Amino acid sequence: MEDCLARKMEITVSEAEKRTGRNAMNMQETYTAYLIETRAVESQSEGQCAPVDSLWRRYSEFELLRNYLSVTYPHIVVPPLPEKRADFVWHKLSADNMDPDFVERRRIGLENFLLRVASHPVLCQDKIFYSFLTQEGGWKEMVNETGFQLKADSRLKALNATFRVKNPDKRFTELKHYSDELQSVISHLLRVRARVADRLYGVYKVHGNYGRVFSEWSAIEKEMGDGLQSAGHHMDVYAASIDDILEEEEHYADQLKEYLFYAEALRAVCRKHELMQYDLEMAAQDLASKKQQCEELATGTVRTFSLKGMTSKLFGQETPEQREAKIKVLEEQIQEGEEQLKSKNLEGRDFVKSAWADIERFKEQKNHDLKEALISYAVMQISMCKKGIQVWTNAKECFSKM
Amino acid sequence: DTSLAEVNSLSPSMPISPSSMINQYKFEDEPEIRDLFITVDDPESHITAIETFITYRVVTKTSRGEFDSSEYEVRRRYQDFLWLKSKLEEAHPTLIIPPLPEKFIMKGMVERFSDEFIETRRKALHKFLNRIADHPTLTFNEDFKIFLTAQAWELSSHKKQGPGLLSRMGQTVRAVASSVRGAVKNRPEMFTEMNDYMETFSQKINVLDKIAHRIYKEERDYFNEMKEYGPIHTLWSASEEDIAESLKGVAGCIDKCCKATEKRMAGLSENLLPILHEYVLYSEILMGVLKRRDQIQGELDSKVDALANKKTEKDLFSEEIGKLEDKVECANNALKADWDRWKQNMQCDMRSTFTNVAENNLRYYEE
Repeated sequence: MEDCLARKMEITVSEAEKRTGRNAMNMQETYTAYLIETRAVESQSEGQCAPVDSLWRRYSEFELLRNYLSVTYPHIVVPPLPEKRADFVWHKLSADNMDPDFVERRRIGLENFLLRVASHPVLCQDKIFYSFLTQEGGWKEMVNETGFQLKADSRLKALNATFRVKNPDKRFTELKHYSDELQSVISHLLRVRARVADRLYGVYKVHGNYGRVFSEWSAIEKEMGDGLQSAGHHMDVYAASIDDILEEEEHYADQLKEYLFYAEALRAVCRKHELMQYDLEMAAQDLASKKQQCEELATGTVRTFSLKGMTSKLFGQETPEQREAKIKVLEEQIQEGEEQLKSKNLEGRDFVKSAWADIERFKEQKNHDLKEALISYAVMQISMCKKGIQVWTNAKECFSKM
Repeated sequence: DTSLAEVNSLSPSMPISPSSMINQYKFEDEPEIRDLFITVDDPESHITAIETFITYRVVTKTSRGEFDSSEYEVRRRYQDFLWLKSKLEEAHPTLIIPPLPEKFIMKGMVERFSDEFIETRRKALHKFLNRIADHPTLTFNEDFKIFLTAQAWELSSHKKQGPGLLSRMGQTVRAVASSVRGAVKNRPEMFTEMNDYMETFSQKINVLDKIAHRIYKEERDYFNEMKEYGPIHTLWSASEEDIAESLKGVAGCIDKCCKATEKRMAGLSENLLPILHEYVLYSEILMGVLKRRDQIQGELDSKVDALANKKTEKDLFSEEIGKLEDKVECANNALKADWDRWKQNMQCDMRSTFTNVAENNLRYYEE
């Protein structure tokens, strides 16, 4: 971790700006651009601050970066991006992508993404990542030149492998189950939390009506007037306090959301393993059948039914020369196949080893982060209660003076 | 003319000075030592061929001399309470008679004979009788005594006496007529003030009632969602190892919050909601009382006008007018005294109820 980019460089996503431009189909569109600022962290001499480099990127470029990383490092659990569209909204939040609160939360999420990549022991060393942070022009072309899109596995292939693989590593199967559970439980939690937030908002806000009525009522009362009026003021304070409370809670929700999306990253690694394993199994199967074919040709026995065999039986046997040629071809193929199988095996084992290492790292990170998130949630609740106590103590005093 | 008769029985000498009468009705500052204790409980349903109804047990304990015994237990149904209320209103048109719970709640949430409805009604009836008992004048009303002590058949035979339907209808007609005539000309300033106050108060209290109900509803919705929130954390903890304990801890806390919310809701529904509702009804009653007072004054005024026109039968009229003036005076004073009393009570009630709400909320947050 010592060599991590994060240690050497300060990275922030400091601003967001609305832009208009023309897209690929030459139609006008509005999008948001984010300012990435970087500054080298060196041992400061005489308190001198290094200069700040900055460039603008839009969300689609972040997406491109992440796709590149996922394809190039399939054994790494690549940090997720913040959501593309606002999900799990409760009524006060808007689902509009242009809404300033959403943009702000996305800015924070993007910064978080960059920091996570920069602190990853493997990912931070990637050149494309570095130029994403430092090179404004020509970055897109650079990424496309790597040809990573060709390396990407098709969804269909992956799905096929998932169904047909026979002997995946048990740990990966378990991990897949875990990530499914994690995803389902977190999205359920977020949904309920949104509903709870909505209701809580309602409770607080209706108390605000008290404020207005109390003040109107106090106008006609002599002895009760003052008490009512000041109590009304406290009700207004109470009703207003919910806005800050729920805003803080949104941050907590975002922390959970990150891990919701991480579940998908986990699954991606598992899928890669399944794909490799399936590939391996197919290669082994292919090799085995070729060996068998060879044997059959060599010994002249037909153990398995084949159309060729049938036709040759019906229309005459092939000449020994033809057979020799075939055997030779097969033997070459078998040689190739065995080498391929060996390297595939090696690849597979390496993948499992490095993937599992990263998964362990991820697990630790996850446990640490989630614990912290839960603690901060509890702290938030306590502070909410303390505020409530204060308001109602004041109100009680006012009421008792009525 | 029962009200005049009462006044005469209390002070035999004429003319009656207004100030002495105020003293008669004034609420004493020292807390009265109660000598009449009433409880309403034990609702029971009765099914007959014609109808189904509920009776409540009314238990009275007293040390007063005019009661033959020191303890009474009778059963009464809602109709009997209605009867008592109308008798009290007849006897004391300008005193503030406490409100009865409504006949039937149209809100649609509560069924006519649901346990919740019966319980709410029982509590309101209990309050009704106790408020009468606490009232310096009403507590000595004869019909009240009969209500508390008579057996079922005694009560029904007593009910059949008294001014018939026709005379009561006559009263209502006169009341409507006088209200149609518009604001009374010679209404003393004090009562105009009262009227204005009541109008605003009635408005505000109705709004408060609605707000309180809305808060209750929001809290209930909140509670329902919270119920689901805790178990999710427990479910999650099943998939985790390291953070399982933390998750279970959070689940436990959320469940505690749920319970605290329940308590808060109960506090609202037992305390604030019934009182606000009672004062909503009170505001209607008070408007009625003010109208009746206006009506009585209207009678006086019209007689005075008539006198101005018929100079001959002056003497006869003057006596009648004199009586009416006294009547108005009494009514006014009764109302004023009662009004002050009511306001004090209301203040006290509001104070305690809102303080209670505040305390409940404190408890909620502390938990």
